[in-house]
Amino acid sequence: MQFIRDRFNYLFKSTKGLILVAIAMIAMETALFGMLSGPMAEMGVRDFVVRTLHMDLRPAEREGRIIILYHSIAMAVVAIEVYMVTSLVKMKELYRTISRLLITVGYWMAMIFGMAFAYWGHNWAFHGLYIAGLSLIWFAGVLLTVALWPWDPAYRLPRPAGAKGEHARRPVDMERAAFFATSLTTVLSALFGAVPGSYFGNGFNVFTAEDVIRLPEKTTMQYSIIGHLHIMLALIAIMLTLIIGRWLNFKGILHKIAMPLIILGTIVLNLGVWGVPTPLEHIAHTVIYVGATPAMLGALMLVIYGWDRMIREGTADLARPSAWQKIKALVRDPLRFGPLWQMVFMNFTVSGIGIFFAIRLDEIFRFWPHREEHIELTGHWHVLAAIIATIILLYYGDIIGLKGKLRKLYGWAIIIFSDLAFASVTIFEIKRLFISEAEQQPLVNTVILLMDIGLGTLLVVLAIVMVWRLTDLFKRQGRWTEEGRQELAEEVM
Amino acid sequence: MRQLILTLSLLIVALAACTPVDVAAPPPVYDPGVDPTAWAEVPAGPFLAGQHREEATVDHDFEIMVTDVTVAQYVDFLNAALEDGSVKLTDDAVVVYYPGDPFFGKKHEMRIDPGDYVVVPLNDPASRFTFDGQAFSVQPGWENHPMTNVSWFGARAYCQHYGWRLPSELEWEKAARGTDGRSYPWGEEITRHHANFYQSHDPFEDMRRLGSRTTPVGFYNGETYDGFQTENAVSPYGLYDMAGNVWQWIGDVQPQEGFSDRLMHGGSKDTYEMDLRVWVRNSAPPFYYGPGVGFRCTR
Repeated sequence: MQFIRDRFNYLFKSTKGLILVAIAMIAMETALFGMLSGPMAEMGVRDFVVRTLHMDLRPAEREGRIIILYHSIAMAVVAIEVYMVTSLVKMKELYRTISRLLITVGYWMAMIFGMAFAYWGHNWAFHGLYIAGLSLIWFAGVLLTVALWPWDPAYRLPRPAGAKGEHARRPVDMERAAFFATSLTTVLSALFGAVPGSYFGNGFNVFTAEDVIRLPEKTTMQYSIIGHLHIMLALIAIMLTLIIGRWLNFKGILHKIAMPLIILGTIVLNLGVWGVPTPLEHIAHTVIYVGATPAMLGALMLVIYGWDRMIREGTADLARPSAWQKIKALVRDPLRFGPLWQMVFMNFTVSGIGIFFAIRLDEIFRFWPHREEHIELTGHWHVLAAIIATIILLYYGDIIGLKGKLRKLYGWAIIIFSDLAFASVTIFEIKRLFISEAEQQPLVNTVILLMDIGLGTLLVVLAIVMVWRLTDLFKRQGRWTEEGRQELAEEVM
Repeated sequence: MRQLILTLSLLIVALAACTPVDVAAPPPVYDPGVDPTAWAEVPAGPFLAGQHREEATVDHDFEIMVTDVTVAQYVDFLNAALEDGSVKLTDDAVVVYYPGDPFFGKKHEMRIDPGDYVVVPLNDPASRFTFDGQAFSVQPGWENHPMTNVSWFGARAYCQHYGWRLPSELEWEKAARGTDGRSYPWGEEITRHHANFYQSHDPFEDMRRLGSRTTPVGFYNGETYDGFQTENAVSPYGLYDMAGNVWQWIGDVQPQEGFSDRLMHGGSKDTYEMDLRVWVRNSAPPFYYGPGVGFRCTR
């Protein structure tokens, strides 16, 4: 009994255990449901899985299934971010414990009952439990927002040297304010999905935003969903940027500039997205661009800070390091270099492509069939979601204490193979710019092969780590015994 | 050594991506025995429409072609239309006059003014016909395949030439699924033996070099072709290929104010089976043409 109790306490009460469980849940869901599409479907694996597991996949309900699928994965990702934030940022123990409890129960319910409802017939009790799970996650977000209140005297910064008077107010911690702003806007933006989700989902009358993208007039509910899906991924990315910044101990002048930029960017970006389902829709995109710019500049400051620090630390023993020595110092540790590199790489495969699409929409893309645009949009958000996942995995490599060759191997495998896949997806998305439909097959075969190699290797790496962590749990004095006592705040760089 | 192997491997992969494609490679020749000049009757009345099976009504009886218009049929039309002057030649296309769409000035709406618009391109290697300066003829082997690389203007011109029209979206959907709300013309299940879609492994597909290619109209009729067994995948009204092979142009103009695209239904050889569900919409500007788009007429 003690054996189980110890493991349970590690897995569900410690920060690192909770993160491990959430990653394992995502890995299992990805492994199982990834067999229903892509190359696995083409090879006939899907049919075998569907038959063996008695899945009920009605053609009319495909959109509903995949919406529940990616929501359940996203909920686990949000849970990981909550675990990280509650470990990195100071807050009252009660808030920390309850928000973790709510989100853990919530994402498990959303994942288990949501997927059971979607893929194994429609048991409406399961649907109710799925919604209850999502609601718990939302309440966890509310609690986290309260816990992050930046004006609480306990979390203000020390009074600056030279401040006049005993009673001069201590300044607000802008980084905490950035966490707070991101958490608050996430909770509010979730409602933009929840309301139309309830409206359409009651009866499984669902659709994907890609399907209605060309309709000149959309309903308020449709606009709301389009806004929701854009902002939620953006907010998950912003929160992760803040988490990585805290892990890398982001500070100094760049930090002072970046935090207000991220706060401003996050708020304006949200205001723009909230404007999409309103009569202000015609200016909403301009507001979104205005908000996205400072948020991305804030992330750029983090990249500059992080890379500059890596170079300085890696060349500290050299009087006048050459450019080559600086590059070597920069890439010496893939787990520190990788998250920041992925943020930069995202600009080539997501932001840059997205802006190009938006600018040239009427001149180029609307001349093509809707299905081409559908492919671009689907690729676009898949790559963004996957880049977020790789950044989490890179940080996780450090969390579990990978060292030496293993650290390098793990880090570089994630960076190289994921970027190979993302670059291939990007070429696939924009292929019509340079090749005709009739002549595309060799190119398509090549990029699909590279995508499969990239994503396949990534999943194999993840599987190896999960198997290792599972076997570790059976050891009396495994790594888990140390991790149970460690907090992320103690391990900032 | 390891770096050399890695570099060479990447080079080989890159070169494989640049392999030229012989788009004129001849296809296998099969005669499915389905008459492309046949028509099917669809009665007026209610049916379950759309993904969520909402009741809709087509308030008139109509007839619709049993198969897509074939390359041979279209070539006959081009020769006749060229002779009677209803289409014209430019340097690189056959064009036809179109009186224009209403314009509502909505966001992203394209202005389709009165004027001449492309019917088919003349020099596109993906086309299944040739033009010698005088007359059009079918590339050997493609006679009974659906006409592709034809714009919406070209599809409309064909139907109008014979006094017919393109189907409305409701007509098309009712013809495809009947009244019971089924997802595919033949029912709820789809296999590689029902229709031509991406990676459906039909005898015309060559995923290494050519990709997926069209199958002859009426190919999925329960016959076996050199060992490839097909299901008899007809719709409740006896139509073939209402799912897969080629997307089919729909006749509706501005189904929603400001929607200047033209709709397409049915999925194609280039899409996964999810796009073959009868309610799935694709769309493109009316001047678009491609190797995966064809049509059939209604009267």
